[in-house]
Amino acid sequence: MLTTPVADKAWEFAAELRANLMDASLILVWQGGWIRAILQGAAITIAVGTVSMIAGALIGTLCGVIKWARIFPLTLVVDAYTSLVRGVPELLIIYLLFFSSVQFVTQVATAFGYAALADSGYAFIIAIVAIGTISGAYSTEVIRGALASIPPGHIEAARALGIPGRRIFRRIIIPQMLRIAIPGMNNVWQTTIKDTALVSVVGLQELMRTASVGAGSTRNPLIFYLIAAAVYFAITLISQAGFDRIERLVGLRSRK
Amino acid sequence: MDMEFLETSMPFLLRGLSTTAALTAISVAIGFNLGLGLALMRLSENRFLAGFAKYYSLVFRGTPLLVQLFLFYYGLGQIGFIKSNAITWWVISDGARCAVMAMALNTAAYTSEILRGGLLSIPAGLKEAAKAAGMSSFLRFRRIEFPLAIRQALPAYGNELILVVKGTSLASTITVLEITGYAKRLMSQTFAIFEVFALAGAIYLVINLTLVMLIRLLEGHLMRHEAR
Repeated sequence: MLTTPVADKAWEFAAELRANLMDASLILVWQGGWIRAILQGAAITIAVGTVSMIAGALIGTLCGVIKWARIFPLTLVVDAYTSLVRGVPELLIIYLLFFSSVQFVTQVATAFGYAALADSGYAFIIAIVAIGTISGAYSTEVIRGALASIPPGHIEAARALGIPGRRIFRRIIIPQMLRIAIPGMNNVWQTTIKDTALVSVVGLQELMRTASVGAGSTRNPLIFYLIAAAVYFAITLISQAGFDRIERLVGLRSRK
Repeated sequence: MDMEFLETSMPFLLRGLSTTAALTAISVAIGFNLGLGLALMRLSENRFLAGFAKYYSLVFRGTPLLVQLFLFYYGLGQIGFIKSNAITWWVISDGARCAVMAMALNTAAYTSEILRGGLLSIPAGLKEAAKAAGMSSFLRFRRIEFPLAIRQALPAYGNELILVVKGTSLASTITVLEITGYAKRLMSQTFAIFEVFALAGAIYLVINLTLVMLIRLLEGHLMRHEAR
């Protein structure tokens, strides 16, 4: 057994950590019914992430094509959109959307007698608009890059064969673009799911918010934030494995 | 946007700017060195060091920065060992210092991946030539590997710097009044939401543009052998 002062300190630290985490906290989390709340929060996080990602992918495809084809006045708008959203903190964008609409929406909803719905549904919509906008800006760059890396010879060959423009787009450009864009979209998805934690500041009951509430009401933030971190980590690890599989499937990675 | 509004809100945002700049500078200074250390650990032949660096970067890149921040700021104070130690308590008892710690540890993970890519891109022949010339491993790193790796990694590192600037906005959630913190306060006090957003956003864009230009200048300096 080591008996140096450093080793002693380390043992002390380990014992304390164990006392803090295992003995008291986990029982507290279990008995307080927090596991259920955390799982519900995780479900909302995944829902917000997925819907925002789909919205972002649609925005990204539209804007990416505009940027790639340099459709004149529209490219300027798309450039402004992507450089603004990618240069300004996500939190500031969320505050803009939240504060600029909260008063208006609450007034309208209360006037029609849906005040309760406004509280729960509203944060969800703000979350999707905000995260979708951010995700869309990053997706635009991925899609534009993917389109740019399609060999021009393929399009010229299709044109030489007399295939109509729309079919070239559907049969030659889109399938190749989707394949090349997969690794980039994987990155966008990972950032999107992590960005959803930011909407907790405007009150959406997702994973991060649930952890905050639990931390506050049990006065045991350490265990709650550790659990939240573990759940986020599990989500990113599992989706990374999924993307790896897809990449192998479409032949972007060599089989080992 | 009238002059009166500018006069009342601009001083706050500029005060926030100095906090944002300080948070970014200190986090980057610490994070870059940690990241370099982690990249070297990852590439070392010691399996324990390589494994530690790999899982460190996996965990810090796989969880949101906000969770890391809250875990450090609210969670660590619960552990008596950290609370009773003067140095660790000094770090986590203050929002700004805690934010710097979280940002530095977070950017170190991303930086290590970027630098690892740069170090891996160095042709083996160059390293062998340096070895054959009798350079010690430290001299080899300082004269051959590091300069080449940093040149390769610089564009990606520029993007990471912008992410750090944006990341410092999260410090506002743990009571630090930087640009976003002041902006939020102004939004709820003045109700001039778009104007405040435009001002704060413009400040961030100027910071990022300046960083991009500095990186480009540095890149031009490092690549001066290719200039005609």
